[in-house]
Amino acid sequence: MMAQSQVQTENAPVLEVNSLSQRFGGLTAVDNFNVKLMSGELTGLIGPNGAGKTTVFNLVSGFYQPTEGQILVDGKPTAGFKPHKVTSLGVARTFQNIRLWNDMTVFDNIRVAQHYWLGYGFFHSVIRSKRYKKREAKVAQEAQELLEVFDLQRFKEELPKNLPYGTQRKLEIARALSTHPKLLLLDEPAAGLNSHDVKDLIRLIRWIHEKFDVSIWMIEHHMDVVMELCSHIKVIDFGQTIAEGTPDEIRNHPAVITAYLGDDNI
Amino acid sequence: MKKYSLNILLVVFAIGLLFAAHFRIIDSYIQIVFMTIGINIMMSTSLNLVNGNMGEFTCGHAAFMCIGAYISSILSVFCFGSKFGDPLLPAASVLIVFPIIVLIGGAVAAVSSLLVSVPSFKTRDDYLAIISIAVNYMIISAIENMDFIGGSRGFQGMKDTVWAMIDIFDGPWMLFWVINFTIFTVWVIRRFISSTYGKGVNAICQDEVAAEIMSVNTNKIKIINFMVAAGLAGCAGGLYSHIIGYVNPQSFNILKSTEALVMVYLGGMGSLSGAVISAIIFTGLLEVLRSQAIIDGLLSPVTMMFPDWEPSAGVIKWVMIPLLLVIVMQFRPEGIMGNRELGDVFPKLKKFYRFK
Ligand SMILES: Nc1ncnc2c1ncn2[C@@H]1O[C@H](COP(=O)(O)OP(=O)(O)O)[C@@H](O)[C@H]1O
Ligand SMILES: [Mg+2]
Repeated sequence: MMAQSQVQTENAPVLEVNSLSQRFGGLTAVDNFNVKLMSGELTGLIGPNGAGKTTVFNLVSGFYQPTEGQILVDGKPTAGFKPHKVTSLGVARTFQNIRLWNDMTVFDNIRVAQHYWLGYGFFHSVIRSKRYKKREAKVAQEAQELLEVFDLQRFKEELPKNLPYGTQRKLEIARALSTHPKLLLLDEPAAGLNSHDVKDLIRLIRWIHEKFDVSIWMIEHHMDVVMELCSHIKVIDFGQTIAEGTPDEIRNHPAVITAYLGDDNI
Repeated sequence: MKKYSLNILLVVFAIGLLFAAHFRIIDSYIQIVFMTIGINIMMSTSLNLVNGNMGEFTCGHAAFMCIGAYISSILSVFCFGSKFGDPLLPAASVLIVFPIIVLIGGAVAAVSSLLVSVPSFKTRDDYLAIISIAVNYMIISAIENMDFIGGSRGFQGMKDTVWAMIDIFDGPWMLFWVINFTIFTVWVIRRFISSTYGKGVNAICQDEVAAEIMSVNTNKIKIINFMVAAGLAGCAGGLYSHIIGYVNPQSFNILKSTEALVMVYLGGMGSLSGAVISAIIFTGLLEVLRSQAIIDGLLSPVTMMFPDWEPSAGVIKWVMIPLLLVIVMQFRPEGIMGNRELGDVFPKLKKFYRFK
C-alpha cells in the first residue's frame, strides 16, 4: 500500500550530511558530522548520553538550522526549510519522549499527520467541496489502513494518553509513517519499554523495514536492539564521530569501549 | 430526518422570534437582548478558536470587533448615509449590500489580526497576552486620533442604512441579520474545526513541536485561525454598530475583551457548544444585573451597613464579571463544558443534530 516509486531513489542517497556542526553558545553539540544513507538501509546511531545524537536528528528534521554544514534529502538541500517542509520531502521522526497529541483520538493523530498532502484549505473545509470530500476520504482511508496493519484498529477512538506505553510508541511510529517518509528517524524507540516490549519492537521495526519502502535510521541505547537490527552503525561522543562499521566491528572497537566505559548499557 | 431535528428547531425558533418581533409580541428591549446574545455568541465562539482550540492566550479580541465596526460603519454611511455627501448606492440595494459591508468589515479585521498572529510565531502565553492587549490599545488609540471619523467622540449615521431597510419592508431587520450571522459564525467554526485541516489547530495546542514535525505548517495554521477568529469578531462589530447606530472607540476597550474572555472560560476552553451556552447565560446575567432593583436587593445587607453608599448597576457589573471569573476558575476551572461538546455530554443528542 505505501509503495513509492523506487526509481529515482535507487542511486541518490536518501540522506546526505556533509560536515555538519551545531554549536549552542560555547558547546559544540555536533562537530563535523558526515553520513550518507542509501535507500532501504537500516542504520544505527549510538553514543553515550549527551553525545549529540538527538541534536543530529533535530538538525536533519529541520528543527534547528545548522551552524555549519549541509543536509541533502533525496539530493535536495534543506537549508532554511521549516520542519514541516522537510517532512514533506520525506523525512519523518519519532521523539525520545513520546510526543503524541494526547487529547485527540488515535485516528485523528494519524489523520492530522497527513497535513502535508491534504490538498485543501480553509474555504474547502467550510463549503465542504468535492475536493474536500475526496481528500478527506483518502486521508481517512490511509489512516484506516495504517491502523489495521499496525493492529491499532481497536484503539481508533481512544485517546493516546489512555494507552499502554508500548502502544503509544507503536502509535508514534505509525503516525510518523503516515507522512509517507523515505527516511524514518527513530529516537530511542526502546526507551522505557520492558524486555517483552523490546522484543516486540525489534520485530516491528524489522517488519516496517520490509513492508514499507523506507530507510530507517535509529538512535538506541539498548545495544541488543541496534546490534540485531542495524547493518551499519555510527558511534559519536562529544559530537564527534569516533567509530563506524558493522555491528561486529563496533562491538570490539577500542574507541567505543573507552567511550562506554562505566556505562551499564554495554 | 431525525438527525436534522435540532436544526429544524433552530430555524423554527428563529422564524418565531422574527415574527414575534415583527408583530410587537416582544418589545424592542427583548429584541436588543436577543441581538446582544447573538453578538456575544459570535464573540465567544470566535475567541474560543484562539484561546480554546489553539490554546494561545490573547485578551484583545475587542480590537477586531472595533475594526469591523468602524470599517462597516464608514462603508455603510458612504453607501447609504448622507453624512459624507449623497449616498453612493440606491437605497433599494441595501438588503444585498448590507451583509457584504459587514463581511468587508470582517475581512479587514481578519487582515489586522496579523498584528497578533505574526508575533505568535515566536511567542506564547503571557508574552502573547501582553502583545494582544497592546494591539487592543493601539487600535483604539489610532481611531481616537482619527478626527475625520469622529475620533473619541465616536461615529454615527449608520441608522440611515437601517432606515433604508425599513423603507423596503417594515420588519425587525437587525434581528434578522444577527440571527443569520450568528448561525453563519457557528457553522463556519464548526466546519473548520472538525476538518482534518482545522484539527491542525488542536495539534498546535497539544504539542506545537510535534505538529510542525508531523507536517503541519504551524505558522500558516496560526495565521488562518487568527484570521477566522478576528474576521468573525469583525462581523460581530459591524452588526453591533448598526444595532446601536453609534460607535465609540471606548466601547471596544479591554473591558469588552474581558467580557469575551469570561464567556470563553465560563463555557469551557475549546468547546464550541460551551461558548454558545456561556454567551447566552452571560448575557442573561448581565441583563439581570442591569436592573437597579435587583442590585439594590442583592446588596441590601451591605447598604444597610453603609447607608451612604449607592451602588450603581454599571459599577456592579464590573464587580460581578470578574467575581464570576474568579468563582469559575476556583471551582470549575475547566468551565461549564470542559473541552467537550454537547453531544459528548448527552450522547443521545447526537441523534438529533448534524451541524456540519
Ligand atoms: N537547544 C539546546 N540548547 C543548548 N544545548 C543543547 C540544546 N540541545 C542539546 N544541547 C546539548 O547538546 C548536547 C547533546 O545533546 P543531545 O543531542 O540531546 O544528546 P544525546 O546524544 O543524549 O541525544 C548536550 O550536552 C545537550 O545539553
Ligand atoms: Mg537523545
